[in-house]
Amino acid sequence: MSLQNYTVTRTSQAARAAAILGALVLLVLIAAPWWAGRADMRLMGEIFLYLALASLWNLMAGYAGLVSVGQQAFVGFGGYILFALTIFVGLPPIVAIAAAGVLGAIIAVPMAALIFRLRGAYFAIGTWVFAEVFRLSFAQISSLGGGSGSSLPVGIVRSMAASRDGRESLSYWLALGIAVLVIAAVYLFLRSRNGLALTAIRDNELAAGSLGIDIWRTKFVVYVVTAGLTAMVGALIFLQKLRISPDAAFSVNDWTAFVIFIVVIGGIGTIEGPIIGTLIFFALRETLADLGTTYLIVLGLVAIVVMLKAPKGVWSLIRTRFDLQLFPLGYRVQHNDKKAD
Amino acid sequence: MDWLNAVVQGTLLGGLYALFAAGLSLIFGVMRLVNIAHGDLIILAAYLGLTVTTVAGVHPLLALLIVVPAMGLIGYALQRGILNQTLGDDLLPPLLVTFGLSVILQNGLLEIYTADPQKMDAGALEIASFAVGSLTLGVLPVLTFAIAVAVIWGLQWTFYRTALGRAFRAVSDNQDIAQLMGLNRRHIFGLAMALALAVTAIAGILLGIRTSFDPSVGGGRLIFGFEAVIIGGLGNLWGTLAGGVILGVAQTVGAKIDPGWQILAGHIVFLLILAVRPNGLFPRVSG
Repeated sequence: MSLQNYTVTRTSQAARAAAILGALVLLVLIAAPWWAGRADMRLMGEIFLYLALASLWNLMAGYAGLVSVGQQAFVGFGGYILFALTIFVGLPPIVAIAAAGVLGAIIAVPMAALIFRLRGAYFAIGTWVFAEVFRLSFAQISSLGGGSGSSLPVGIVRSMAASRDGRESLSYWLALGIAVLVIAAVYLFLRSRNGLALTAIRDNELAAGSLGIDIWRTKFVVYVVTAGLTAMVGALIFLQKLRISPDAAFSVNDWTAFVIFIVVIGGIGTIEGPIIGTLIFFALRETLADLGTTYLIVLGLVAIVVMLKAPKGVWSLIRTRFDLQLFPLGYRVQHNDKKAD
Repeated sequence: MDWLNAVVQGTLLGGLYALFAAGLSLIFGVMRLVNIAHGDLIILAAYLGLTVTTVAGVHPLLALLIVVPAMGLIGYALQRGILNQTLGDDLLPPLLVTFGLSVILQNGLLEIYTADPQKMDAGALEIASFAVGSLTLGVLPVLTFAIAVAVIWGLQWTFYRTALGRAFRAVSDNQDIAQLMGLNRRHIFGLAMALALAVTAIAGILLGIRTSFDPSVGGGRLIFGFEAVIIGGLGNLWGTLAGGVILGVAQTVGAKIDPGWQILAGHIVFLLILAVRPNGLFPRVSG
């Protein structure tokens, strides 16, 4: 029994299999405009956007410990920026989406400076106050329709692609693209030096600080990057909807409560969790949506039961049972005799 | 004179916000729990009041005799049944569970009472007023403010002069040692939530007499209460009253400048105070 009998690996067979399978699924999804119907594509687009929101919230809450209930601030901000830049400045929608991301990150800087003074649950409600400030402020802008909102002019919608099919495919690909971008960004970030710092902070803030990690700066970076990406997702959401109003844009239930439920049901603090959570959320929604408000009551109950009985979510049940990690983040020690790989 | 009027009316409005906030402040002080469903519980109390007044045909203020104990019982059951399981070092479980509760309450109320705005009929009390100098004060706002002062005085007295209050302070300081001294912290937490929701019941009834309400307005009430708590300083009940008054004045003065700015002005004042005095104006415990 010498040390040479052991090797430290990051990836595993399961992860490699998952990567290949993931690439195949991605190819099939990219080809969706050729095999899926209109309604299916719309639903899938929505799923991708929720997946992006959930992965971003998971990065903030699950890794950086920033439990925000005010991400609708950035969703709505991104949507409104898309409308403002396309209508008043005449930017093409794609450019406006990118600009929404940049502006979202910029506006998050002073917000973070203020809101980081609050801790824990008070931080959470403080973010909500900001979202309310955004909602009330955008409701004051009469050129964007004030409290009743406005629609994206036909000319701008037409400028994306000539045919209706072309527009729908484009908006589907954009949604898929942002979901892949967000998951890839979260994965690469967590594998980087900063990600290691973040994981250390998650596990023990005091110990991480004593090892020389700048906690405030790390959290600040996460908050600002998340804000920018969330604003881009928001712009895409309202590019799909083609209509925006303050109440829809800054809805705490649609853009935060559901997202939190998704992450917690799937498994917070893992990359796989939000993916599973999104699938469960939409499966529930598609089967129970006819029940109307009862569906939301069921969703709330499921979230409470999961939090009380399996606080690490569905993915953790699977992971502990089968010792799986599809996105290789951690390292594992292996005994060479087994010759697994 | 208009401005003085705005300040006075805002101060009286602040009484209502202090009532929203007192329950939040109490449960945060005792068990470090932030209840996201607090606003929805206020609305639940308003609907309970509505049902009692319509079924029994009594004045809304008399409905307090039933709604206050009912909310107290709900609070105790909620704390012992669910919320006690979420308490610990981790912030997420209580936050998520109360978030889930908030969604359940909102949609449950929607199912039972529909989305139509409702209001409680308090008869002559709603429009009664009296003159002080050149100002005219509504009886209801003055009564609300007086009740807020009385409630906060009562909570303060309970906290510092009774055995129950001593138990509250003990579990707040150190749960484990309080447990060793023979206090059952689960029971104490249940009582604290019962007391908090009893106050919430008063707030809900007064809200329901003053304005119309529907199942979706809980979140806004939570935010007002939260802002009052933070402005006043965590753990300081009289500070919470001051916070409510500052918020109320900011809103009425904001509305005076531009009607669209009423709520926004309150939020902006809150953020300004947060920038200058992050611990609030009169902090007693640190967050």
